[in-house]
Amino acid sequence: MAIKKDKVDVVMVGLGWTGSIMGMELTEAGLNVLALERGDMRDTNTDTPYPKAVDELKYSVRGALFQDLSRETVTIRHTLSDVAVPYRQHGSFLLGDGVGGAGFHWNGMMYRNLPEELEMRTHHEQKYGKKFIPEDMTIQDHGVTYKELEPFYDFSEKVMAVSGKAGNLKGQIVAGGNPLEGERSDEFPTPPLQYQYSASLVEKAMRDVGYHPYPAPAANASQPFTNPYGVRIGPCNYCGFCENYGCYMYSKASPQTTILPVLLKRKNFEVRTKAQVIKVNLDASGKRATGVTYIDAQGREVEQPADLVLLTAFQTHNVRLLLLSGIGKPYDPVSGEGVVGKNFAYQYNGGINVVMPKGTQFNPFIGTGAGGVGMDDLNADQFDHGPLGFIGGASIRHVRYGGRPIKQAGTMPGEKVPNWGSEWKASVQDAYQRTLTIGMSGSVMAYRDCYLSLDPTYKDANGQPLLRMTLNWKENEGKMLTYIAGEMEKVGQAMNPEKVVKAVRKTGSSWDTRVYQSTHLTGGAIMGTTPKNSVVNKYLQSWDVPNVFVYGACAFPQNMGYNPTGLVTALAYHSAKAIREQYLKNPGPLVQA
Amino acid sequence: MIKHYFIAACAAVMSLSAFTAAAQSNAAAPSADQQLVQRGEYLAKAGDCVACHTAKGGKPFAGGLPIATPIGTVYSSNITPDKEHGIGNYSEEDFDRALRHGIRKDGASLYPAMPYPSYAKVKPADVKALYAYFMQGVQADPAPNRGVDITWPLSMRWPLSVWRKVFAPAVAADGPEDNSPLVRGQYLVEGLGHCGACHTPRGVGMQEKALSNDSSQFLSGGVIDGYLANNLRGDARDGLGNWSEADIVAFLKTGRNSHSAAFGGMADVVANSTQYMTGEDLSAMAKYLKSLKAVKEGTAALAYDDKTHQALRKGSDQSPGAMAFLNNCAACHRSSGKGYEETFPTLALSPTVNAENPASLIRIVLEGAEMPWTHKAPTQFAMPGFASRLSDQEVADVVTFIRSSWGNQASSVNASDVAKVRKQLPEKKTVEAGSAPLAKQ
Repeated sequence: MAIKKDKVDVVMVGLGWTGSIMGMELTEAGLNVLALERGDMRDTNTDTPYPKAVDELKYSVRGALFQDLSRETVTIRHTLSDVAVPYRQHGSFLLGDGVGGAGFHWNGMMYRNLPEELEMRTHHEQKYGKKFIPEDMTIQDHGVTYKELEPFYDFSEKVMAVSGKAGNLKGQIVAGGNPLEGERSDEFPTPPLQYQYSASLVEKAMRDVGYHPYPAPAANASQPFTNPYGVRIGPCNYCGFCENYGCYMYSKASPQTTILPVLLKRKNFEVRTKAQVIKVNLDASGKRATGVTYIDAQGREVEQPADLVLLTAFQTHNVRLLLLSGIGKPYDPVSGEGVVGKNFAYQYNGGINVVMPKGTQFNPFIGTGAGGVGMDDLNADQFDHGPLGFIGGASIRHVRYGGRPIKQAGTMPGEKVPNWGSEWKASVQDAYQRTLTIGMSGSVMAYRDCYLSLDPTYKDANGQPLLRMTLNWKENEGKMLTYIAGEMEKVGQAMNPEKVVKAVRKTGSSWDTRVYQSTHLTGGAIMGTTPKNSVVNKYLQSWDVPNVFVYGACAFPQNMGYNPTGLVTALAYHSAKAIREQYLKNPGPLVQA
Repeated sequence: MIKHYFIAACAAVMSLSAFTAAAQSNAAAPSADQQLVQRGEYLAKAGDCVACHTAKGGKPFAGGLPIATPIGTVYSSNITPDKEHGIGNYSEEDFDRALRHGIRKDGASLYPAMPYPSYAKVKPADVKALYAYFMQGVQADPAPNRGVDITWPLSMRWPLSVWRKVFAPAVAADGPEDNSPLVRGQYLVEGLGHCGACHTPRGVGMQEKALSNDSSQFLSGGVIDGYLANNLRGDARDGLGNWSEADIVAFLKTGRNSHSAAFGGMADVVANSTQYMTGEDLSAMAKYLKSLKAVKEGTAALAYDDKTHQALRKGSDQSPGAMAFLNNCAACHRSSGKGYEETFPTLALSPTVNAENPASLIRIVLEGAEMPWTHKAPTQFAMPGFASRLSDQEVADVVTFIRSSWGNQASSVNASDVAKVRKQLPEKKTVEAGSAPLAKQ
C-alpha cells in the first residue's frame, strides 16, 4: 500500500545544478517546491573540509562521490546487432550522486556556445549545401538562438562567479579575450585565473602559429565574489584537487557554493534525500502528470502529487524516467519513428602531448579545474569545412589539472614503459616536470543508430530496466579530430619541444568504455521546433505532457566541442522565465505544435 | 503556516523601519494588539531568548537546553504559553518578576544562567510587549521542564536568593522616550543584548564585575564555554579600537567584516538575534561600544609588518611553526596573513589573535569554526579543526608563530596550554554542528 503525501506545487527529480536553479526560481515565484534526491545530503563543511577532501585514493580511484553502480548502472553496446552489457565500473564516464550531483565535483569548465552551434542544420545547409550533412547524421537546430539565450548565459556566469575575460563585449572585440566568441552583454564576474607556466608557453605558441588564444572560462573563481543571490564564493587556491573532489575553498561553483545556502533555508522549499523517483505518474488521458512515485529510505513506495513535474536529474536518468513513465514515443532506430532516446551523443577527445627539454619545471601540482588557455579557431564551424569532408570541431585548451601522485604522474609519452618497477619510476621522474597536454574536446554529431532505450534483460536494485546505450564512434569524428590534431601538432612544435606525441584515436576504432573520456553524455530528450523532431520544446517542456519539463544535456540534439554546463544552465534559466511569466498564468503548452 | 508567514513578513517589514511607537505608518497597519506582539517579537530577538530556551532539535522556546554552571547543569525552562508546562498561567507581573527580578512564579530565585541582572534594565513598556509576544505570538508546547543536574547540597536554592539580593540591580522604570543613538545603544547593549553576560569578566561570586560603564571592566572580555569572548572596549590591539561603527554593524548583521568573523557562542548570537535587528539599532549599539574607553589607554596600535610574508614566500623560515602554518593555514589565511575579505578572516592584527588570553585561538585551531548563517550573508565559511592532525606541540608552534607574525604582538603558547584546552573540548563537536537560525526563514 503506497503512502500518499500532501500535494506540492512543484516536484523536482534530483537536486543538482538544474534542480537548484529551478528551485530558486520557482520558490521566488512563491510556489511550494519539493526536491527528491535519491542520494545523500552533501555539504562542503561536513563532507569535504581540508585536509579530508584531498584524498586521491578515496575520490579519484575509488570514486567516493560517484554513483554506486552495484545498485543501478547502464548497459552499453556499440551497434544494433550487439547485446548490451552492464557498465560495472566507472571508466569512460563518471556518474554523480547526492545533493549537488556531479556539480559538486566537476572541473568547472563553463562555456557558452558559438552561435552556429545552436543552429547546426540550418547553418550547414545554408553554407555548404543540403547534401553536405550525411543522411544518417540526424543533427538539428536547437530551436533557440544564442541571442535569445545570452542573458541566461550571463546570469549563470554571475551565479557561478566564473573567471575569464570577455573577447566580444557588446559587439566590440576586446583584447585579452576570445575574439571568436558570441557577443556578450557583460564582462565575466571575476578576472581570469593566472596562467601556469605551461599555459603561458602554449599561449605563445598558439599565437605564433596564427591562432587566437584566450583564458579558458572557469567556474573556479579567481577571487571571492558575492553572486546575485547574496552567496559568497571563495578564491581558487590552485591546489590541483579539483575534478572528482569537493572544493574546500568554496571556490569551485557548485549548487552548494552558489545556491543552496539560500535555497535550503526558504520556507517554501523542501528536499527529501534518499528518495529515488521510479516513475512520473500520469492521469487517465496520459497527457497530464499527477506527480511522481518514489522509493524512500525505508524502501517504501511513496506517491507525491504535484501540479508541475520537473526532471532535473542527470541526462541518463531523465531519459530513462521518460521511458519508464510512458511519456513520449520511444525512438526506434530501424523505422526512425519516435523521439525519446533519439540523438544520443558524447564527446570525442584527444590530446597533443608536448615534452619540453630536460630541466623544464612546470610544477604540475599547481592545478585548477578549468583555468588555462584555450582557442576556438578549430571549433564548431569557425573554419572552412568545405574541402575537409566532416562536420564539427574541437574546443582546444591546455589546462593543468594537477600533478596528483596516483593518476597524474604519468610515464613519458610515446614510450612503452612497464607499469611498475625501476623503469617505471625513472620514466615518471623524467616526465613529471616537463610534459604537458593540449586537450582537444571534439564535438560528436547525432546519428540514426546512436540512441538510448530500456534494456531488455538487466534491471536495477528496484527491479526496473536499466537504460541501454547504443553508441559507437563514427568516421566523421575520427576525421575531424585527426585533422585538428594535425594542425595542433604545429602548435606543439612551435614550443621548441624535445618531442610532440599525438594521442588521437585511430579513425574507425570502437568506443572503449574502460578508459575515462568525459561525462558529457547528451541527447535522448532533445529539444526542437516540432513534436515530430523533438521531445521538448525550446522551454524544455514536454510536447506530450505539458506539465512535465526536462532539464539537462538530454536536451542537446547533438553535442558540441565545449563542455555542456553553460548551455544546460542557460536553458534552465530560460525555461524558468517562461514558466514564471507565462506558464503559471496560463498552464498549458508554451509553444504551439 | 499562515501565522508563520505573517510573523515572518512582519519581521521583514520591521527590519526596514525604525521601531518606535510613533513610526507605524503602513497603510494596512496591524491592530494595536498585533503591533504590541510584533514589537515583543522584535525585542525577544534582541534579547536572544530563543537561544537558551530552545533545545537542539526542540521546538522554539520549549526549553530543555543544558547549560553548564560551576556547580552542575541546569536546563532552560519552557517559556511557551503552555498552561501546564510553560508560562501560560503567568500574569504580566509574574513574567516581569522572572524576567527582570530573577524570581520564578513559585517564589524561587532563578539561576543566574538567566541573565536577569542585565534584563533588569529593560523598561516596563518593553516588558509589556515581550509578555504579549510570549502569550500570543509563540506556539504553545507541552514539553515538561527538566530538573537541575546538581548534587545536594549544591542543589539548595536559597543561596540563589542571597546572590540575587547582593548582585542584582534595581529594575528600570519607564521614563521619557530617548532614542538618541548613544542612549538607545546603551539600553540595548546593557539590557536585552546582555553582552556583558559573556564579555564582562566575573568575580568570585560568578557575578559580572560591572553591569554598565562605571568601570573599565565592563565588556573588557570574559571566558565562556572555554572561549574568550573578546574585549569590546577601545583597545586597538585586542578590542574594537580599530573597528569603525560600520564594521561593528556589519559584524552583528552578517557575522563577518574585514577584521574578523563570529565564532563560538557569538556565531549563534548573530544567527538568532542580531541579524534581525534594525540598522538603526545596530548603529546605536556600535556607537555606544565605540564610546567605551580602552582598558589600557595609551597602548599603541599594531602596524602590519610584511617580513613574515616575504619569509614565507621565499621559504627562508623553516621553523616548525612556519612550516605548520604553510601546510595547514596558508591556503585560506595566506602567507600575508591577511586572509580574504569577508571570506577567510585576517590573522594579521586580529584582536582574537592578539588577545592576551589565547583560549579562543587555541580552541579554533583544534575544533575549527563556522560562520553563522544570515540573510545578508548566507555562506557559512568554515575552518576545519586540526585536533586530529596536529599534536599539542604543533598547535603551540603554529599559534606562537601566528601571534608573533605580520606585526602581531602576543605572548607565546606552549604545549600544556594547548593540552588544557584540548581536554575541555566537548566530545565530537564537528564543524557541521554550525550556527544557523533555529527556525526556517
